Amino acid sequence: MRRYLLLAVALCWLPAAWAAGPESVDMISDNPAIEARLKALSHELRCLVCQNQTLSDSHADLAVDLRNEIRELMAKGMTDQQVIDYLVARYGDFVLFRPPVKATTIPLWFAPFILAVLGAALLILYLRRLPARVKDVPLSDAEHKRLNKLLDQAKEDT
Amino acid sequence: MIPELGHFALIIALCLALLQTILPLIGAARGIPAWMAVARPAARGQFIFLTIAVACLIYAFVVNDFSVLYVASNSNSALPVSYRVAALWGAHEGSLLLWAFILGVWMLAVTYFSRSLPQEFVARVLGVMGFISIGFLLFMLLTSNPFERLFPAAVEGRDLNPLLQDIGLIAHPPMLYMGYVGFSVAFSFAIAALLGGHLDATWARWSRPWTTVAWAFLTLGITLGSWWAYYELGWGGWWFWDPVENASFMPWVVGTALIHSLAVTEKRGSFKVWTVLLAIFAFSLSLLGTFLVRSGVLTSVHAFATDPERGAFILLFLGIVVGGSLLLYAWRAPRVGMGGSFGLVSRESMLLGNNVLFVVAAFSILLGTLYPLLLDALGLGKISVGPPYFNAVFVPLMVPTVFLMALGPIARWKEASLPELAVRLRWAFGISVITALLLPAVLGHWTVMTSLGFFMGLWIITSGFQSLWEKAGRNGIANLGAGLRSLPRGFYGMFLAHLGVAVFALGVTVSGAFSTEKELRMDPGQSVELSGYTFRFEGVRDVQGPNYQAVEGAVRVSKGAREITVLHPQKRVYQVQRNPMTEAAIDAGFFRHLYVALGQPVSGGAWSLRLYYKPLVQWIWLGPLCMVLGGILAASDRRYRLLARKQALADAPDLGATGFAAAGKAR
Amino acid sequence: MIRYLIPLGIFIVLVGFLARGLMLNPHEVPSPLIGKPAPDFMLPQVQDAAQQLGRKDLLGKVTLLNVWASWCVACRQEHPLLVDLARSGAVNIYGLNYKDKREDAQRWLAQFGNPYVASAFDESGKVGIDYGVYGVPETYVIDRAGVIRHKVIGPLTPESLEKEVLPLIRKLQG
Repeated sequence: MRRYLLLAVALCWLPAAWAAGPESVDMISDNPAIEARLKALSHELRCLVCQNQTLSDSHADLAVDLRNEIRELMAKGMTDQQVIDYLVARYGDFVLFRPPVKATTIPLWFAPFILAVLGAALLILYLRRLPARVKDVPLSDAEHKRLNKLLDQAKEDT
Repeated sequence: MIPELGHFALIIALCLALLQTILPLIGAARGIPAWMAVARPAARGQFIFLTIAVACLIYAFVVNDFSVLYVASNSNSALPVSYRVAALWGAHEGSLLLWAFILGVWMLAVTYFSRSLPQEFVARVLGVMGFISIGFLLFMLLTSNPFERLFPAAVEGRDLNPLLQDIGLIAHPPMLYMGYVGFSVAFSFAIAALLGGHLDATWARWSRPWTTVAWAFLTLGITLGSWWAYYELGWGGWWFWDPVENASFMPWVVGTALIHSLAVTEKRGSFKVWTVLLAIFAFSLSLLGTFLVRSGVLTSVHAFATDPERGAFILLFLGIVVGGSLLLYAWRAPRVGMGGSFGLVSRESMLLGNNVLFVVAAFSILLGTLYPLLLDALGLGKISVGPPYFNAVFVPLMVPTVFLMALGPIARWKEASLPELAVRLRWAFGISVITALLLPAVLGHWTVMTSLGFFMGLWIITSGFQSLWEKAGRNGIANLGAGLRSLPRGFYGMFLAHLGVAVFALGVTVSGAFSTEKELRMDPGQSVELSGYTFRFEGVRDVQGPNYQAVEGAVRVSKGAREITVLHPQKRVYQVQRNPMTEAAIDAGFFRHLYVALGQPVSGGAWSLRLYYKPLVQWIWLGPLCMVLGGILAASDRRYRLLARKQALADAPDLGATGFAAAGKAR
Repeated sequence: MIRYLIPLGIFIVLVGFLARGLMLNPHEVPSPLIGKPAPDFMLPQVQDAAQQLGRKDLLGKVTLLNVWASWCVACRQEHPLLVDLARSGAVNIYGLNYKDKREDAQRWLAQFGNPYVASAFDESGKVGIDYGVYGVPETYVIDRAGVIRHKVIGPLTPESLEKEVLPLIRKLQG
C-alpha cells in the first residue's frame, strides 16, 4: 500500500495547477542555528501541496517558498511560536502536524491514555475475579488417556 | 481477444466463488457431505481462473496492448519489461486483481493443508473465504475492471508513475497483500468456529500457523515498503505515519496481539472469546485499510481520482463482512466457556497485558488516522494529525509492552511469582540498566529517550538469553549443545522475533540520536566533513537511462586517507511523465549508512546537496527481518506437522479447554 | 450479553462517519482568513510595471481576487468563465498573478482575453503566502470593507459560480 503514498507524493507534482511553475530554490541560510531551527520546526508542519509530507521533506515549490519565508522570519528574530502563529493565521490549524490541544482535540489527545488506564484496570479486575469463576473440571478416564497421549507427543511444549 | 479472455475468467471465478460460498455453508449447516465437498474443487477452480486473468493482464502489459485502458494508463513501450509486469499492481484496478489472486493463493493453500481437519470445518472456512472473494470480484467487475477497452486504442501509454519504477515495487505490494489477505484465513477460521460452535484450543492450534505466516508476510511487506521509501523518496526518513502506512500498520499491531493471544488459547484454552475477536479485528482492519486507501476519504491516496462509487461499494462490503461477523460474535461468544484459570502474575496475565497494550496502540493509530475525518464530518474544522502525535502516543504504549516482553517468556504459566522473577532476571536487568545509562554518555549524547531506547533493546536481549540459558543449560555447560537441540522451533521462532524487536529498537535509537546531516551548496571540487567522513563533490554529468534522462552527481567519500566509495546520486526526468525524481545514493554498511541526495542546481556547476551519516540505520530493517524469520521458524514447528498426521485432536474438539487446564496444573 | 455487542456498536458508529466522509473533500483546506480583512499588499501591475496595485484599490466595492498564472493549466480551464463574468459587469475582477514571468503573463492575457481590472504581479509569491494560497487557481470574494467573505479553491466552474459565488456577490452588493 505504500505505493499509494508514493502515488500521492507523485501526484503533487502532477496536478494541473502545479504543472510547470518556476522552480523555487532553497536559500540556505549562513546561520546554522536558523537551519537547525528550521529543520526541527518544519518536521512538525504539513506541506499544503503534497499534503502528506512534512514541510521539511517536500520538494514542492510552495514548500520551498515557505521554508525560505520561515528562514527570513527567523532571521528577523521571530521565535518558533511566532512563526507557527504566522503560518496558522494564513493556512489554519491544518498546517500543524501536531494538533493543538483544544476543545475539539481533547478526545484525540487523551483517549489513548484513558483507554490504556481503563484497559489496565479492567484487566486487573478480571484477573482478580477469574479464579472464582473458573473451576477446574476433573478429567474422565478417557480424557486422561487422550491427554497422556497428547503430552507424550507434545514434549516440546515450553 | 486476450483481454476479453481475462475478463471472462474473472466472471467464471465469480461464479465459482458463489458456488464455493453457498453450497458448503448450507451443506455444513444441514450436514450434507456432498455439498460440503464442493468447497475444495471450487476453490481450486477459482484459483485457476484467477491465474488466467492475471496472466492475460500481464500479457497485455508485455505486448504493449494500449487498447486496454489500464495498460495505456500505466505503461509505455519504453518501459523495461520487468516494470511492465510489475505495473500490473501499479494502480487501482490491477492491484485489486492482485488482491483477488492472492486470496486465491491462500484458498488453494487451505485446500491442501487442511486434510486433517473435519470436513464440516473446512467447508465453513472455504465458504467464508469464498464470500470475501465474491465481494472483491464483484467490486472489480462492477466498478474497476482492469480489462476495460480503450477505443480508439492509444498509440502510446501514459507510462508507469516514475516513483514506482523501482525494484521495490516488484516485491513490496505482493508481500504486503500476502499479509493482508492472509489474515482472511485466520478470520475465516474464527468465523467457521463461531458458526460451528467449536471454539476451543484445537481451533487455536489450527489457525496459529496460518496467522503466523500471514503476519510474517505482512511484516516483510511493511519492511520492504519502509526500506523502499527510505531510498526512493530521497530524504532519509523511513516511517511517516501516513494514513496509508497506518492502514497497513494497524492490522500488523492487532495481528501481533492475535499471535500472542492464540498462543495462550492453544496452550491453556483461555482467552478464547478475546482471540476470536482479535481475529475478526485483524482482518477487519485489513479491509478498512483497503477502504481508506481506495475511497479517497483521507488525504493520501487517490484524492485526485476520487470515486465515491468505489468507496461506497467497499464501505457496503465492509459493513456486511465486519458487521455480520461482529453480530455473529455477539450471538455466539457468550456461550463460549472460560478455559483454564491463572493467577494475577502468570505468563497468561502478561500476555493479556501485552494484548491490551497492542489493542490500545491500534486504537490510537485508528483514532489519529480518522480524527481529521471525524472533525470534518461534524463540521468542526480541518486539522492534521501527523508524526508528532503518533510518536507521542505510540512510544509510551510500547515501553511497557517491551518491558513485559522480557518477562512473559520467562514467567511460568498459570502462576508465577514476582520475587522469583526478579531473582531470575536480576543480572539481565542490572546489565541492561547500567549499560543503558552509561553507553549514550560514552557515545557523547545522553538523553532520557536515548537511554530508554538502549534499555529496551538490551533488556530484550539479555532476558532472552537468560531464558535460553534456563531452558537449554539446565544440565550444565557440558550439555548445552544437547539442550539447545532439544528446544522446539517454536521457541527459537519466538526468541528470534523478540531479538528482532531489540535490533529494531537499537536501530531506531542509535540512528535517531547519532545521525548527522548537512544540507548545503557545493561547488565541484569542494569538500565537506560530516561525522569524520569527507564528502568531496566531483560535479555532475548527464546520463541516459532506458526511459529517462538523468543528471548524475559524483561524491567521493573518504575517511582520513582511506577512500570509502564514490556515490552517484541522480536526478531523473522521465520521458513521459516529466516530473523530476530524486535517486539517492547510499553506501549501506552494517554499522552505518552514508546517504547522499542531489537537490537543485544553484549556479555555475554548483548544486545543493543533502548528506547524511546514519549509524545503525540498517538495523531498522534487519530487526523486522529477524521477526519474519522467527515467524517462519515458529510456523514450521514440529507439532503442526504432527497435527497434520494425527487425528487425535480433531476427534476431540472439546478436550482442549479442560484438558489443557489440567495439564497446566499437573506440571 | 450487552458487552458482546459493544464491538458491533462501535463499528456501526465508525461506518456512519466513513459514509459521511465519502461526501467530503479532504484536500480542501478552508481559509482562516474568511471574515478577516484581506491582507495588505502593494505590487506592480502585470501590464505596466510602473503602476501599482494594492489593497486600497479593492476597497469600496465588492470584488473578486483571482489568483492565476500562465503556467497553470487549470487556470486556462476557468478563464472563459472569468472573461464572461467580466463582460457581464456583475463584479470587478482583480488578478493576482502568482510566480510568473511578466512576458508570459502578458502574452497569456493577450491570447485568452483579459477579464481583470488590473493584475498584481507577485513574482516571489510572498503576497500569495499572505493570502494562504496553496494551489492555483484560487478565487477570493472580498466585500466593500475589504473583508474576505469566501474562497474558492481550484478552478471556478459554471456550477460553483451560479450556486455559491454570484448569490454571495449579489448579497454583498445589497
